[in-house]
Amino acid sequence: MIKGFKPALAAAAVSLALFSQGGFAAEEQFFPLIDYRVGPYGSNGQAFYGGFIDYLNYVNLKEKGVNGVMMTWEECETEYNNAKGVECYERLKGKAAKSAGPIHTMSTGISYALIDKSAQDKLPLAMMGYGRTDAVDGSVFPYAFPLVTTYQMQASAIVKFIKDKNGGNLAGKKIVYLYHDSAYGKEAIIAMEAEASLNKFQLVQIPVAHPGNEQGAQWLKIRQEKPDYVVFWGWGVMNQTALKAAQKVGYPRDKMIGSWWTGSEEDVVPAGDAAKGYMAATWNVAGKQVPVIADIEKVVYGAGKGNLQDTAKIGTVLYNRGVSAAVLSVEAIRKGQEKYGKGKALNGEQMRWALENLNITEARLKQVGATNLLPEIKTSCDNHEGSGKVKVQQWDGAKWVPVSDWIEGNKALIHPLFQASAKQYAKEKGITPRDCSKEK
Amino acid sequence: MNFFFEVLIGGLLSGVMYALVALGFVMIYKASGVFNFAQGAMVYLAALSVVGCMEKGAPLWLAIILAFVIMTLFGIATEKFVLRKLVNQPPIALFMATIGLAFFIEGVAPMIFGSEPRALDLGIVDEPIESIMENWNMVISKFDLVAAGVAAVLVATLALFFQYTRVGRALRAVADDHQAALSIGIPLQHIWAIVWGVAGFVALVAGMMWGARNGVQFALTFTALKALPVLILGGFTSVPGAIVGGLIIGASEKLAEIYIPPVMQDLFGGNFGGIEGWFPYVLALLFLLVRPEGLFGEKHIDRV
Repeated sequence: MIKGFKPALAAAAVSLALFSQGGFAAEEQFFPLIDYRVGPYGSNGQAFYGGFIDYLNYVNLKEKGVNGVMMTWEECETEYNNAKGVECYERLKGKAAKSAGPIHTMSTGISYALIDKSAQDKLPLAMMGYGRTDAVDGSVFPYAFPLVTTYQMQASAIVKFIKDKNGGNLAGKKIVYLYHDSAYGKEAIIAMEAEASLNKFQLVQIPVAHPGNEQGAQWLKIRQEKPDYVVFWGWGVMNQTALKAAQKVGYPRDKMIGSWWTGSEEDVVPAGDAAKGYMAATWNVAGKQVPVIADIEKVVYGAGKGNLQDTAKIGTVLYNRGVSAAVLSVEAIRKGQEKYGKGKALNGEQMRWALENLNITEARLKQVGATNLLPEIKTSCDNHEGSGKVKVQQWDGAKWVPVSDWIEGNKALIHPLFQASAKQYAKEKGITPRDCSKEK
Repeated sequence: MNFFFEVLIGGLLSGVMYALVALGFVMIYKASGVFNFAQGAMVYLAALSVVGCMEKGAPLWLAIILAFVIMTLFGIATEKFVLRKLVNQPPIALFMATIGLAFFIEGVAPMIFGSEPRALDLGIVDEPIESIMENWNMVISKFDLVAAGVAAVLVATLALFFQYTRVGRALRAVADDHQAALSIGIPLQHIWAIVWGVAGFVALVAGMMWGARNGVQFALTFTALKALPVLILGGFTSVPGAIVGGLIIGASEKLAEIYIPPVMQDLFGGNFGGIEGWFPYVLALLFLLVRPEGLFGEKHIDRV
């Protein structure tokens, strides 16, 4: 016993010495997770960040990281509170200085609060389906990435969906835009107005005061207006209240099409039967039929390393959205390593380059088991969005069922709006935009 | 004109829902002279207890009974661990304690019962009454009518309780002066435990109605926001005042939401609307200037 102990002790000492010098230390890619699992929208955060962390774990377990670089993270709870979001950022940015995965806050308010700070600190800020949408123009916002699609492109895609349902003509139709009276709800107005002007339909805008738990007047007005469709931009309790109120005034739910923040299980289940037939846009599909989702359940939960206590959330819209966000983040790490060296962790500047040069094709999505989970993405300096596509899904009373293929918003109509807004922002802030023709 | 009445009636029925929450505030204020900041959180806790017990397999009736037991125990615990130490302290100290209580409930309740938004089916469909729809082309919800009936029964019961029972009279004495009530032998701790239990019951009724309407979720805590202008209008100490205040706030905010934005748009351009978030507060503020004690509130006169 004693005999064997001495060599073992010596080996351990040598290992420790080597490890402390970094000799055998595995590279790590750190994700500062500024998230929320409690508070008013805690259940949304649980599903999203559960999916996000599960995918990072999946990459670690299945592939031993990306070319040997292990995914690591630290969570900081914001409770969806802007001040706490900034506090979390300040707490984690030191750790992220050396190696930084994209920051995902899943909060427009926190994203707005961090957009200048993250640019100064050279830490990329991802805003997938939320946040500042004119950051599509990367010449002005080098470190902000409203990846996949934006509110305005989503609104445009919803109009296109309605147009297709009406034989390609919306002239003379009436569409109500019922929205959360906040920056989030107002973001899409400019796109709806542009589409109304282009397609010659009448647009009626009806705001709902926060939190939206009382919409009697709004729905009586909708009943009076007799619109052909209601495009719906809700959040939180406003979603269930709208569905119940629509039922109360007898407005058909299959004429209501919501944004992606109105289209999760959390939004429709509390409304019960009132939600049946209701449609919503989404940039990721729900369900466990997606190979990577099924494999995560097998590999990660099989190893007892799943992040969710409530495994019923696996395959829900928001869980799959978290996985989708993580897939994009990990693909960016792969892209970055191709340029900066395989097996090396990326710093913030390198990660920024990677996010700006994503090219995730159908073939690549298939390789990672994410076929049809999310659309193809191709980003560039002047297009930090990379896709602009959504699907429309319908709630059948038990699950979300996709009822369209990927629909792209009218880029020629919407993107110039982003550029104009970004130009204005650059002027106000004294920013000299990058020359995107020189960026590669 | 038909539309005007439709909005008016819809508003009055919404006001009943606000009044259900306001009643809980009135209960506590009447008995302790303290504004209970935690009432919205109690509505959330009560509704969450019902769905939580149902998820554990209890039928609705049993879940309601269990939730009532939880709320009563909560009331007793509040008296024992929070309020007992604060007897004869200034009202602001009690108010601050209820703020802490609110955050405590909002943090702990979802840890016990889960934070998922859930449906609560009371078997009352929130659909228009067809005969009224056909004959008058007006939307009157079955659910809202049931809520109005529930509120009427609750108000009648509480009014009788305060007016004609010994406990009710003792509650009013305690509200006037803790020390004086104690000196004439009113058991303050006992009274407070009862009143917090009754406030828990009111929160349970409000939580079930609001939960059935919009789903059981954290946002139930926001229902308190709708109750505040009702209290200012109706008076903090009046049970009928909560109902009348609720009706006035409900009707006026709905009419304002429909009829004010078009006028504003004509005058100033742009897009107005979504005013029902602040309109009731402006109305209550104006009311305060004219009648600070509210419509039915007790006029308090201090000797100099």
